[in-house]
Amino acid sequence: MEPISRREMLKRLGTAIGVATVLPLPAATRARAQAAIAETFISFTPAEAETLRAIVARLIPADENGPGALEARADRYIDRALSGALKSSRAAYTTGLASVNAQAQSLKNAAFSRLSPADQDAVLTNIQQNAAAFFNLVRNHTIQGTFSDPFYGGNANFIGWDLIGYPGARTTVAANLQLLDRKPEPSRKSAYDYGMFSKGEI
Amino acid sequence: MPTTLKKTNVVIVGLGAAGGVACLPLAQAGIEVIGLDAGPRLNTRDMAPDELRLNRGVWPPGPQKTDGEAPTFRANASATAVQGTHPMMNAVGGTSIHYWAQSWRLNPWDFKVRSETIRRYGAARIPKGSTIEDWPFDYNELESYYDKVEYAIGVSGKAGNINGKIDQQGNIFEAPRKREYPMPALRSTGFTEKMATAARSLGWHPFPGPAGIASKSYEGRAGCVYHGYCSGGGCHVNAKSSTAVTTIPRAEKTGRFSVVPEARVTTIETDTNGRVTGVTYIKGGQEYFQPADVVLVAGYVYENVRLLLLSKSKAYPNGLSNNHGQVGKHYFSHNQGASVSALFPFALNNWYGAPAQGVGVDNWADDNFDHSGLDFIGGGNMWVYTERRPIASVNGLGTWLQGKPTWGSAWKAFVKENADRTNSAYLQKTTLPYEDNYLDLDPTVKDSFGAPVIRITGEFKDNEKRIALFMHEKMEQWYKAAGASIIQRQQVGNAMGPTTHAYGGTRMGSNAETNVVNGWGFSHEAPNLGILGASVMGTSGARNPTLTLQAIAWRTAEYLAKNWKTVAG
Repeated sequence: MEPISRREMLKRLGTAIGVATVLPLPAATRARAQAAIAETFISFTPAEAETLRAIVARLIPADENGPGALEARADRYIDRALSGALKSSRAAYTTGLASVNAQAQSLKNAAFSRLSPADQDAVLTNIQQNAAAFFNLVRNHTIQGTFSDPFYGGNANFIGWDLIGYPGARTTVAANLQLLDRKPEPSRKSAYDYGMFSKGEI
Repeated sequence: MPTTLKKTNVVIVGLGAAGGVACLPLAQAGIEVIGLDAGPRLNTRDMAPDELRLNRGVWPPGPQKTDGEAPTFRANASATAVQGTHPMMNAVGGTSIHYWAQSWRLNPWDFKVRSETIRRYGAARIPKGSTIEDWPFDYNELESYYDKVEYAIGVSGKAGNINGKIDQQGNIFEAPRKREYPMPALRSTGFTEKMATAARSLGWHPFPGPAGIASKSYEGRAGCVYHGYCSGGGCHVNAKSSTAVTTIPRAEKTGRFSVVPEARVTTIETDTNGRVTGVTYIKGGQEYFQPADVVLVAGYVYENVRLLLLSKSKAYPNGLSNNHGQVGKHYFSHNQGASVSALFPFALNNWYGAPAQGVGVDNWADDNFDHSGLDFIGGGNMWVYTERRPIASVNGLGTWLQGKPTWGSAWKAFVKENADRTNSAYLQKTTLPYEDNYLDLDPTVKDSFGAPVIRITGEFKDNEKRIALFMHEKMEQWYKAAGASIIQRQQVGNAMGPTTHAYGGTRMGSNAETNVVNGWGFSHEAPNLGILGASVMGTSGARNPTLTLQAIAWRTAEYLAKNWKTVAG
C-alpha cells in the first residue's frame, strides 16, 4: 500500500538527514499533492485552496513520525464541509486566508504557499498570536480532517488514526482488545463500512 | 382553538428515564395512558459510532425541542445570566438513550443527611443557609422499587451487600440489597484492573460499578459490545437499557399505552378548583388539548420547573402548584466537576469501552468515614473508566502541553506519544440545597416558540468546595499508586451552570410550606398532578441520579394505580 511505503520512505529520510526540524516535501509527496490540487475544490477558489493546503501541511506536517494533515486530505475535508455542515465558517476562511497571504506578501513578497517552511511557520505563529480566532478555527478543522471518520473525506488511509494508535471503528470489541500490554490490530474501517448506519451530513 | 382529543386516564409529559418507566406499572394495572414526547422515535441505524457527528450536535436526527431552550445561569442575584448549553434530549427514551447508564442506588445516609448529621456531629455541622431536609421516606422504603427497576430495564453489577452479608467483590459500602443484580458487572480491562490493584494497595475497596447496560443477553437484547461510543451516543445493539428499548415497548404491548412522538407540550390546564384537566400540545403545527384524569410531568428538571411556571391560571397565578412559592426552590447542580487528570508513562489502551465500564472507590463517599475532624459533611465517589475517542484524545492533550507548541512537528510527536496515556477521573460529590440557589424564568431569553427559558441562580458553597479539595487529594493518591507520572487538578469552581445532574425545583417532602410534591410525588396543591424526575430529589448523594429517579417514578406510578379513585377523583 502506498501510504505505508511513503511512511517508510519518510522514516528513512528522517534517519538519513538526522531528523531536521523542517523537512522538504519528498518528491513523491509533492507530485501527489500537485495531482490532488488538480481535483476541483467545491468551496475554495484555486488560490484559497493552495493557501489552505500549505497551512494544513505546516499544522500537522509530514515528518519522521509519518504523513501529516495534507496527506490525510484534511484540506479536502474542510473544502467539502464548508459547503455542508461547516458552511457558517465559509466567510471566516475568505478573510482569514486573505490575511495569511497578505502577511506572506509583506514578509517575503510572495504567496504563502511559496514561502519556505520556516517562513510559513513565522507567518502562522504571527496569525496564532494576532488572529487567534481564525487560527483556532483552521487548527480545529485540520484536527477534525485528520482524525475524524474517513467518511467525511479526511483521515485518508487512516493516517490520523495510525498516528495516535486509535485502532479504528468497530461494532464489537472483544476483551482481548482491552488489555494493557497488547495493542489491538487496526480495524481499517470507517463506521459506515459496516453498512448498519444512516449517514450524516458531510 | 386547539382540537380536543378523547379523554384518557393518565397523560405523561416526557418519555425519558422517568416517564419511560412510570408508563409500565400504570399500563400493567389496567390504566389507559398516553405518553407525549417532544422528540421522534429513533432506531439502531441512528446510532453510528461517529465522533464528528456526535460532536457537531446534529445527532440525534429529527425535531429537537431543546434547541434554544438551554437555561441561562448566574452565580448570584446581582450577576447577569448568560445562556449555557445542555444535552437534554428530545426522543422517545429521552436522555436514557445517550446517558452513561451508571445506575447507582443512593446510600441510606443520603435520605437522612440532616438528622444523621445532627445525630453524629451536632446541629452546628449543617452548613449555613442550607435548606436540606430528610427525605419523606428512607432507603428501605425505596429498596423494592430500586429492585423492580433494576430487573425491568436490566442493570449489571456486583452486589457488595446482600441482606447484610458483605462481599468484597462488590461495593462493601453499598446499602443492603435483597438479591444480586440481574446480570454480572461489565467486564474489567487491563487499565481498570491496574487501577483496582492500586486502590487495594492503599487499603481501599475498589469495585465494578452498576450499569444500566446488559453485560450479557437480557430479555432479547444483546450484551454490551464495548465499542467506545456510549457516552452521548445511542447503542446500535440495544445493550444500553434505555426506556426506549425496555419499559416503553413493554407498556405498549399491554394495549393500554400509546406514544405520541414529536408532541411539544406548552401548558398544563387547570379548572377553577385547582385540579389539572389535561395538557395542551403542538404537533405538526397543530394545537391539541389532551384531557386526562391525571397528569404526570416527567421532563428534565429544567423543563419540569419551566412547564409549571408557564402554566399560569386563576387557581395558580404564579404558576401551577406554586401558591407556596416553592417551584424552582431547593435547586442544585451536582458538584461533579473539579476533576483530577493523570498522565501515565505508558499507553493505557483505553480506546474502546464505555464510561460505565470502570472501577469505583466509595471509601470517601457519603458518611462512610468519620467527619469529626473535618470541615465538611458528605464526600465523593471516585470513578475511573474507559472509552477514548480520536479527536478528543488529541484535543484533550491541550492541558498537558504546558507552553509547548500547539502545532507542527514537535506537537505531532507529543500527540503521537501521549494520545493514549491520559486519564481523567469522574468525581461525584455530595451537593446540598441552599436558600439563595434557585430556578426561575429568565426575564429576557426566550426559546424558538417565544417562551422564557429557565434561569439558574446558584453557586457552590464552602461545603461543596471543601469536599472537592478533599477528593483531589484522594484521587491524586490513587493515580500515583497506579504509576501516573504527572497529575493535574481541575479548578474548584463557583458557578452552578446547566448540568446533566440537576436536582430540586419541585422537591418532595411532607411539609407543603417547603416542598412542591408530597411523599408520593403528587402536588400538595393540585392533587391529580404528579411530578417525576430528579426535580423531586432533595439530596444528590455522590452518584448519578437516574436509577433513583426511576425508582421514585415507579413508586409514584404504583401508588397512583393502587389509589386511583383518591387521586383521579
